[in-house]
Amino acid sequence: MTGGRERWAAELRHSIQIQSILVPLLAIVCAFAVGAVAIVAIGDNPIEAYWALLRGMFGSGDRIAASLGRSTPFIGASLAVAFAFRAGLFNIGAEGQLLVGATAAAWVGTWASVRDLPGIVAIVLLLAAGATAGFAYGAVPGLLKAKTGAHEVIVTIMLNAIALLYVRWLVNSQDPILLRDTASSVPRTAPIEDAARLPTFVDSQPPLHLGFLVMVALATLVWFILQRTSFGFEVRTVGTNPEAARYAGMDVGRTIFLAMAISGLLAGVAGAGEISGTSGFLSPGVFINIGFDSIAIALLARANPFAIVPASILWGAMLSGAGLMQQEVGLSIDVVRIVQALVLLFVAADVIVRTIFRIRKAADDPLATSTLASGWGGP
Amino acid sequence: MRLGRLQTIGVVFGLVGVFLVAYVAPNVTSESKGFTFDTPPDPPTFSFTPGVVIAVIGVLYVLTAVASFFESRSRRTAQLALLGSGLLFLPLIIVVALALSESSGTNVVQLVVESLRLGTPVALGAMAGLWCERSGVVNIGIEGMMLGSAGVGFMIYSLLGDASSVPWLWASIGVAVVTGGLIAALHALMSVTFRVDQIISGVVVNLLALGVTGFLRSEVVVPSGITSGTPTSDIAIPLLSSIPVIGPQLFDARPIFFLMFVVVTASWWVLWHTRFGLRVRSVGENPHAAETLGIDVIRTRYVAVIIGGLIAGLGGAWFSMESQGGFQDNMTNGAGFIALAALIFGKWRPWTAFGGAMLFGFTRALGSRLQILGVEVGDFEIPSEFWQSLPFVVTIVVVAGLIGRAVPPASIGQPFERSR
Repeated sequence: MTGGRERWAAELRHSIQIQSILVPLLAIVCAFAVGAVAIVAIGDNPIEAYWALLRGMFGSGDRIAASLGRSTPFIGASLAVAFAFRAGLFNIGAEGQLLVGATAAAWVGTWASVRDLPGIVAIVLLLAAGATAGFAYGAVPGLLKAKTGAHEVIVTIMLNAIALLYVRWLVNSQDPILLRDTASSVPRTAPIEDAARLPTFVDSQPPLHLGFLVMVALATLVWFILQRTSFGFEVRTVGTNPEAARYAGMDVGRTIFLAMAISGLLAGVAGAGEISGTSGFLSPGVFINIGFDSIAIALLARANPFAIVPASILWGAMLSGAGLMQQEVGLSIDVVRIVQALVLLFVAADVIVRTIFRIRKAADDPLATSTLASGWGGP
Repeated sequence: MRLGRLQTIGVVFGLVGVFLVAYVAPNVTSESKGFTFDTPPDPPTFSFTPGVVIAVIGVLYVLTAVASFFESRSRRTAQLALLGSGLLFLPLIIVVALALSESSGTNVVQLVVESLRLGTPVALGAMAGLWCERSGVVNIGIEGMMLGSAGVGFMIYSLLGDASSVPWLWASIGVAVVTGGLIAALHALMSVTFRVDQIISGVVVNLLALGVTGFLRSEVVVPSGITSGTPTSDIAIPLLSSIPVIGPQLFDARPIFFLMFVVVTASWWVLWHTRFGLRVRSVGENPHAAETLGIDVIRTRYVAVIIGGLIAGLGGAWFSMESQGGFQDNMTNGAGFIALAALIFGKWRPWTAFGGAMLFGFTRALGSRLQILGVEVGDFEIPSEFWQSLPFVVTIVVVAGLIGRAVPPASIGQPFERSR
């Protein structure tokens, strides 16, 4: 038993080495440096801008809370993308799965019977609704890929668009009225019952709620499933070498189906968490781009569940802090988008960072050598 | 009994056929409807009774189901029957929709032309992806390449010259094309030279394009006050445009639309019928073998990726200088991803990818046409979102049902390291 525990500890250490923290940090420095060039080019002062951005991100308790609140859905959604990556699948559909999960939660939350439930039950029910919807929506590309070989990239792109349209219809439709709140002048769903709201820690904009901790727990769970269970081993084996997995007697089709469905589930929970924790209702369009940003975050974290938490926080904090930068310096928040792209670029092209700062490559970094793009053709 | 793949599809068609003959055909309106082939006032028309057409298609579907069970005897017949049934699905939708609406007819030539027009940026994006991926470099940055060139091209057009002069418009389209090439060069630099994971590189391209164009629009274009320009105008191709009926509708259109056909044909010709094209493809299939034969893998990949970028640049110009004269944030709105889907749909081949793009264009055109017709089932008017989702639903059905597994170029996604 102790042997097992030691191995576990070693794996944990492996997931958080000095190098794997130092290089990304320097990459972030490089990204901001290049971003500064763009700011200078239009005649603004980058130091002022970045100072405002930094204070916007972490300048006060409220702002820290807002940053964490903003990053919450990113954790769940990028875990979804990362989980699929580990199985060699490219889930572009987190956007749609998130939306479907949110819709299910927003619907269940308005049930009259939810009102009298104890909070913990109501919240679990809501998150379970989101999880189920996300699971089902992720299962579609998984099933089609496993049964017919339909490429998951195509199917998930299409399902994103379909989810967006049908959710818009569900919420907008006046005749018949489906999920629309008739008391509201703008198209949105009715507010969910208070019992189903996740408790809020800080009432910032957006609020920091218990969902953040749920997402962190989810990241740990995903790490556990991937590294410590035989199912996780199957997922990783199918991801790195489907032929070998098949030869070893694994059911590749089933693994693909489950990996995709679980990926959807994670995104669905993220969507439900937003409904329960942040807004309390659904207005279509609020989740635009979370799914696509999550791809970037998952890549930034190299599909490592633990790295996803800080990567999501960075991402969410930058988006949250950009408002102050716009207010004080008058710079468009697109600057943040540019810097985010550059962060991803420098983290991925660590050759550049290593050359600038003269850091030698760690010999045994398994993630550095795996190629996500090799899953393009699919097993 | 386990059903094979063809039988499963056949049974689905069979059930739909029975439903059509037994339920839909007897219950639809007995009024005569028509397909028209030209603009009013007096277009040539093909009139029919919807019930009869629906019943005929239903019977054909049942026959298809039967044919699929004789696969062992004649595989070819079964496959052709399935393909035919799949294609019949599109007129079937139009006929059913016409039967359920108040309109007496609809112009089908215009529908086809509209499909081609809407499919233009998707086809260009797919060709961009084709060049890139055939050389072994995954390109999910098509969206960013199109968006970036749409933005930069339009900014040059509106800010540095007269946003209504035709020569300057063409110069700006040229700038858009070059911008696409430059973005692609960045993609090549990252993925070929620095051997960054190609998917990451593509995502970086998408994010950068979104950020940079948004930044430029809010910091430069909006302050300048010039946010629109005159887009390209219709060009009538001599001789072809005087063909009766189809000429004025198909051959009197905008230039990037025509260029799209040139690009698709040229991509097919160069990639499959020239020495250079063979090299590009061999580098995508087996770079080490290609290197042994003296092909410079790195250089070939650069060239192919940049050619793809130039094509994507033309696609970008379509958005901001042909479809409309202006630029909005994220105006490509996922077309690059649809193009990627069309490319995979077409199994990394030019004409089938073109077909995928056109299927998308057609279902989109059909969707907006049916939306205008106002189709009602009972008292329930089918919501516009349903029609808008048609392209996506049809794509999934076709990909899952008829296309199946697509095999990409063998070495796709793998960074190439020169042997020493």
